Amino acid sequence: MDFLNAIILLLNYIFVPALTYGSQLAIGAIFVTLIYGILRFANFATGDMMSFGTMVAILFTWYFQSIGLSLGFLPTALLAIPFAILFMTLYMLIIDKFVFKYYRLNKSPPVQLAMVSIGVMFVTQAVVRIIIGPSDRRFFDGEKFLMRANEFKEMTGLNEGLAIKSTQVITIVVTIILVSTLFWFLNMTKTGKSMRAYSDNEDLALLSGIDPKKIVMITWMIAAILATIGGVLYGLDKSFKPFTYFNNMLPIFAAAIVGGIGNPFGAFLGGYVIAFSEILLTYAYKKFFMYVLPESMEPDSLIQLLSTDYKFAVSFSILVIVLLYRPSGIFKGKIL
Amino acid sequence: MRKNLNVIAAYSIMMGLIILVGIFQSWNIALSIFNLCLISAVMTMGANIQWGYAGLINFGIMGFTALGGLAAVLISVNPVQEAWSVGGTNILLSLFLIIGIVLVVRFVLKKYQKSKIRSYAISTIIISGIIIIRFVSEPGIEAIEEVNPAKTGFLGGIGLPIIFSWIAGAFFAGGLAFVIGKVALGLRADYLAIATLLISEIVIAIIKHEDWLTRGVKNVIGLKRPAPYEVNLQETDWFINLVEKFNSGNLALISDINERQAALNQFVIEGSSIFVKLCYSGLFLVVVIILLILTQKALYSPWGRMMRAIRDNEEAANAMGKNVVKQHLLIFVLGSAIVGIAGAMLVTQDGLFTPGSYRPLRYTFLIWVMVIVGGSGNNFGAILGGFVVWFLWIEAAPIGLYLVNLTTAGLEDTHFLKVHLIESVPYFRFLMMGIGLLLIMRYRPKGILPEKIEIK
Repeated sequence: MDFLNAIILLLNYIFVPALTYGSQLAIGAIFVTLIYGILRFANFATGDMMSFGTMVAILFTWYFQSIGLSLGFLPTALLAIPFAILFMTLYMLIIDKFVFKYYRLNKSPPVQLAMVSIGVMFVTQAVVRIIIGPSDRRFFDGEKFLMRANEFKEMTGLNEGLAIKSTQVITIVVTIILVSTLFWFLNMTKTGKSMRAYSDNEDLALLSGIDPKKIVMITWMIAAILATIGGVLYGLDKSFKPFTYFNNMLPIFAAAIVGGIGNPFGAFLGGYVIAFSEILLTYAYKKFFMYVLPESMEPDSLIQLLSTDYKFAVSFSILVIVLLYRPSGIFKGKIL
Repeated sequence: MRKNLNVIAAYSIMMGLIILVGIFQSWNIALSIFNLCLISAVMTMGANIQWGYAGLINFGIMGFTALGGLAAVLISVNPVQEAWSVGGTNILLSLFLIIGIVLVVRFVLKKYQKSKIRSYAISTIIISGIIIIRFVSEPGIEAIEEVNPAKTGFLGGIGLPIIFSWIAGAFFAGGLAFVIGKVALGLRADYLAIATLLISEIVIAIIKHEDWLTRGVKNVIGLKRPAPYEVNLQETDWFINLVEKFNSGNLALISDINERQAALNQFVIEGSSIFVKLCYSGLFLVVVIILLILTQKALYSPWGRMMRAIRDNEEAANAMGKNVVKQHLLIFVLGSAIVGIAGAMLVTQDGLFTPGSYRPLRYTFLIWVMVIVGGSGNNFGAILGGFVVWFLWIEAAPIGLYLVNLTTAGLEDTHFLKVHLIESVPYFRFLMMGIGLLLIMRYRPKGILPEKIEIK
């Protein structure tokens, strides 16, 4: 019984939250890696692009709520996502036309494009804060829990409860659907294949008649989808605050590089690597050992490897270690 | 003289703008803008050495600034004797342990060939070392944080005048830069940017949460000052006489003796804070001028030529027998040390150390905007960038308010759009920075004052 309790404890406090957080990071990391692989620059506006998409989704959610439209037990925001994606695509294409295109055609070095993306970051941040303000916003509605801790305890008779929030399930399900569609698109369709070819070797791809304009446009569209969905999922699960989104850029970068930048599958797994290591290393295992060990050996301290304040620091340290020992990432990406 | 006309013109316009602020807003605001402009100028000089001279991207400016600030605390605060007596030994022991681990790892690295066993041995040494250090330091840290947590709760510093921290800050930041450089300088440019950005976040996380060292988010307030205190100035005779002399024209107009005294008091209070700010300006100006002379000399020396050669064509420079790796490391350390000086200056001016206020947007990306806008590779350009961008950063809100009022003049004061826009005026500074950066990068990619290399 104690053993089961210990397992449920780990599931509740480590596995489910890490899986959710990892999914959110994974979507962001694929976004970074796609932009890096095809447009060839490190996009420092990542977090703010996500917050822009989320902001549009929130505005639509509010509109739907005001006219009484809802999805029942599901959050209204899911209904708003397609509209937000449309807006986001438009925004991305406008940015590309007025900002990035010039440097791409001039074949500027990646550093210059990265600098330009900092300009985009400032502008996007300003637009988001001017439209919706810098404060914390929750836009979740519908049923909050799929399973409450108490219900689980009654059902199984265990001491430990397993609470599953509906946002966690939504995040994981949406991620699975989104990522598998994306991989199907990249690996099976002709456009997807030409995108990969373009990413792999631009000159050869151009030689074989691939239209770079189309590739770039489709990349921005996919980027818009990923940014919006990733942002909305994070906002539903936690809350929407422009500053937090800006900061989320850092673990997302870490995930993309750990997985091997330019490699979407690596980025996907990188998200989970970062999320699990963050949570595994900062969790206090005292209760777990109380269940597992006999009473005489019960620990006094919290058995916490690092305090939770260092959550971010963990993922960055992993990144530094990976950069040192395997600069191309765990799953071979581009060579640095 | 003619060649430098645009430099002189740009700086005159900048000073003119600051003087305008002095006339129309207040001299206090103008001077605080000027002081922060000077500090920003030091930071941009540091970043410019790395980016403009050598083409190294350093997005870790925030971390080096914070380390400079930490130096200001550790140098100037008086030691907390009680904390040292309860936890000092543990902390010192941990410090020796860290040094020991580093030495052992170095020894293993030197002595044995690269192999799997060596990597495992090193990771075992490091992990077990960390666990031992935790066991040693934990009781000490807890005891230190128990000591009067509302006021101290940390080890304190060594109680020297705060000016020394400017040098110490340079050493702190330079030391960190040395470690980062050893690890990360081999990376390609944009990876170096990401790596330094993330490492600086780690530095901030440590400064924020190691309360025994820095008091963490509880902040350290009331640091020593290199300048006199306003309260003391207001009671000194020579200062009151000075203010009286300055404002004699205004005072003479007031006939009533009581009113005249009240007016004089007002002038003295205002004058004292201006005087203190002027003291800071003087100190900062000295630093900026010294650094400017040194960096200019370096730029036109054989060493500067070599750096440009490395920047423009690494392989060719390498083929000429220049040690690219070593020079990159050197310039990374030098630039970061300058940023560390700026960090210490900033904390000195504020008189308080707030680890929570270090954010990448303000301390990394804004500095980069300054370098790019001003003109990378040109020290005068970098300093000008610091001035222009900081000036706009502060004055963006009034300008934004003016623009909002202008564009929404037709609307009523209670119209929701107007109210909303006026509320969001502070964020216009982000918009200005972004658009400014994009425009400069597009139409004047070398900055306001571009790099100019004269062959003498």
